[in-house]
Amino acid sequence: MQEVEAIIERYGAERRHVIAILQDIQAQFHYLPQEALREVAVRVGIPLIDLYSIATFYNCFSLVPRGEHVIRVCLGTACHLKGGTRLVEALERELGVPEGTMTSDGQFTFETVRCVGACALAPLVIIDGRYHPKMTQRKLTQVLARLRRIRPVAEVIR
Amino acid sequence: MKVRTLEQLGTLAEHLRTARDHKPCVRVCGGTGCRARGSEEVLARFQALLQEEGLAETVELKFTGCHGLCERGPLVSLAPQEIFYQSVEADDVRAIVTETLRRGVVIERLLAQDPATGRRVRREQELPFYRRQYRVVLRFNGVIDPTDIREYLALGGYRALGTVLTRMAPDEVIELIERSGLRGRGGAGFPTGKKWRLARAAPGAHKYVICNGDEGDPGAFMDRSVLEGNPHSVIEGMAIGAYAIGATHGIIYVREEYPLAIRTLEIALAQAREYGFLGEEIFGSAFSFDIEIVRGAGAFVAGEETALIAAVEGKVSEPRQRPPYPVHRGVWGHPTVINNVETWANVPIIIERGPEWFANLGTATSKGTKIFSLVGKVANTGLVEIPMGMTLRELIEEIGGGAPPPREIKAVQIGGPSGGCVPKALFDLPIDYESLTEAGAMMGSGGLIVMDDRTCMVDVARYFMDFLRDESCGKCLPCREGTHRMYELLTAICEGRATEADLELLEELAQVVKETSLCGLGQTAPNPVLTTIRYFRHEYEAHIRERRCPAGVCKALIRYVINPERCTGCLACLSPCPQGAIRGQLKQPHVIDQDRCIKCGICQEVCQFGAVEVV
Repeated sequence: MQEVEAIIERYGAERRHVIAILQDIQAQFHYLPQEALREVAVRVGIPLIDLYSIATFYNCFSLVPRGEHVIRVCLGTACHLKGGTRLVEALERELGVPEGTMTSDGQFTFETVRCVGACALAPLVIIDGRYHPKMTQRKLTQVLARLRRIRPVAEVIR
Repeated sequence: MKVRTLEQLGTLAEHLRTARDHKPCVRVCGGTGCRARGSEEVLARFQALLQEEGLAETVELKFTGCHGLCERGPLVSLAPQEIFYQSVEADDVRAIVTETLRRGVVIERLLAQDPATGRRVRREQELPFYRRQYRVVLRFNGVIDPTDIREYLALGGYRALGTVLTRMAPDEVIELIERSGLRGRGGAGFPTGKKWRLARAAPGAHKYVICNGDEGDPGAFMDRSVLEGNPHSVIEGMAIGAYAIGATHGIIYVREEYPLAIRTLEIALAQAREYGFLGEEIFGSAFSFDIEIVRGAGAFVAGEETALIAAVEGKVSEPRQRPPYPVHRGVWGHPTVINNVETWANVPIIIERGPEWFANLGTATSKGTKIFSLVGKVANTGLVEIPMGMTLRELIEEIGGGAPPPREIKAVQIGGPSGGCVPKALFDLPIDYESLTEAGAMMGSGGLIVMDDRTCMVDVARYFMDFLRDESCGKCLPCREGTHRMYELLTAICEGRATEADLELLEELAQVVKETSLCGLGQTAPNPVLTTIRYFRHEYEAHIRERRCPAGVCKALIRYVINPERCTGCLACLSPCPQGAIRGQLKQPHVIDQDRCIKCGICQEVCQFGAVEVV
């Protein structure tokens, strides 16, 4: 994998850079592909199991691919007090999958995040990196409907 | 250009000051909160319109760090007119340019309202939110452009570092910090000077200083705002600390959830190197020092110093037994001083204004100011800085503006998952390390979450325990298992399945976890439980004895009903109900079928007449 090689080059194949390397791989692929992990293990010279434990310990890593749209519901304290959990339940109903998973059509991944520090906007939902302040279940349904209408280009051609 | 002497720095600062002073200036808040509300569009519109109106050369436009009053963003302030506009949208920009900038007319509708008088006020200082604050660390936040080091230099930046390097011995620096009484702002409040002295005395050719910017507490964004708004204050503080202890390397550990802080820091570090404030022989002295950024990958426990060290070393972020403390054995076994973002940012101004000035602020044991992020059920959500010793009441009711009516505040959670809930009855407590610890809470890093009568304290305890069981690294048994079992007990209480014996067990378990856990995470994990039981036992008892949630939060114990007197029969709640559980006809009161209702609350959300009630 060329991209992985380039990322390792950027930091140097050293143990202390392993987390940064994985972060960049995650940013590039939106998850950590198994081949990438194997390659990092060989290049940096640490056991695969160590990488696996890092990949499963830190919250920002995912071992499974993520959907076209990533929906993140903030569950920081302020968001919790202002109904964040209700938004999680609404998404579970709407998308038919539990939190932390991808819909079977690959369109949505829905996860929770513990505070992004934008508490004045609580409850907050981040969709594809965009902050949606003071979210309600109603607004969320509307946003989902809009996203469903905008099918990814690849799918339309297919 | 590299600055080699204090004199050069002085000349440069003077030059920068005179160059900027005469220009009117528009400051658009670029903090995360205001950005999320569209301040980037506001900025872009200003750029376009200033150009169009031919004002681009005569008016300075700045994208600054957080101004503080996140609730009313996007915020725009104008100097020298001292006009403070709030809730500014891109479409308001034309009026600001043509009316205010061109003709000096103040746009009434964009001014903030003083909640006490209802009067619209022009200057931010006229608002109680700002008037009662005392901004030391945040003094440049919202004033300077954090991506331009010249702004910091114009206001005296890096003069403290220059003074220290050219006129003071390392021991004198440590003594000065000790005299100031500065204590760690990360939560535990360890005296900073003492920590530095220990690290200086520790044998070792390589030493490190680390800035802990992990800020994992949910509901806290003080450190992020400092890093985003005034990154050079942290860099300068670290360089001074490094000189004092004899370190050559610095690391800023920032969580990846703060992409803007990381970007701002990268720019700031590059500029500091360019001017010679980082690198070889700084200010012509023998002192060389540089800083690298390490991005945190998302682990609350990484805020604990030994766990942070593991993360920096590229390992799983698990804490280890102390002693040895990091000042003796830190990163890769070298002596390391780890201070929080806010602690570092305090250092330059203590050098500048002197330890006596700093020690005069605050209380006998807690000196200086503290930044808090004031969030939750409070009118003025935002970032505030106050002198230590102010009471919780002043902070929450005067600065925070209390709860939006008709709600009433009943408690404040302070110190994040490690802290505790302080009830309203104790709001006259002064904010200092000791008073808060005595009340069962802790200073923590500065998250202040206000709770009203619609907040269930058992649910809050359960929320924090859910967070902690998830974030427990799993290394030691009391924390790994204890947090899970406490969570189960709290869930049982919330669902009305618990007995009095469960409550006793919960208290006992909390004590054991507190006393036997390896690191701070486990040792403080029971605090939210213990303080809520201590001050709100009646709420626990209502759940257990009466199967009732007094705040109307716990799903298993509440029902949604429609008040027929308020319902106008508008049909608005019928179609959003995912269960089709609401029946009714136009202009007839509607009814919720309790057998079908899943208590999602969407009917309450959409009802415009307040007819949906929780019982």
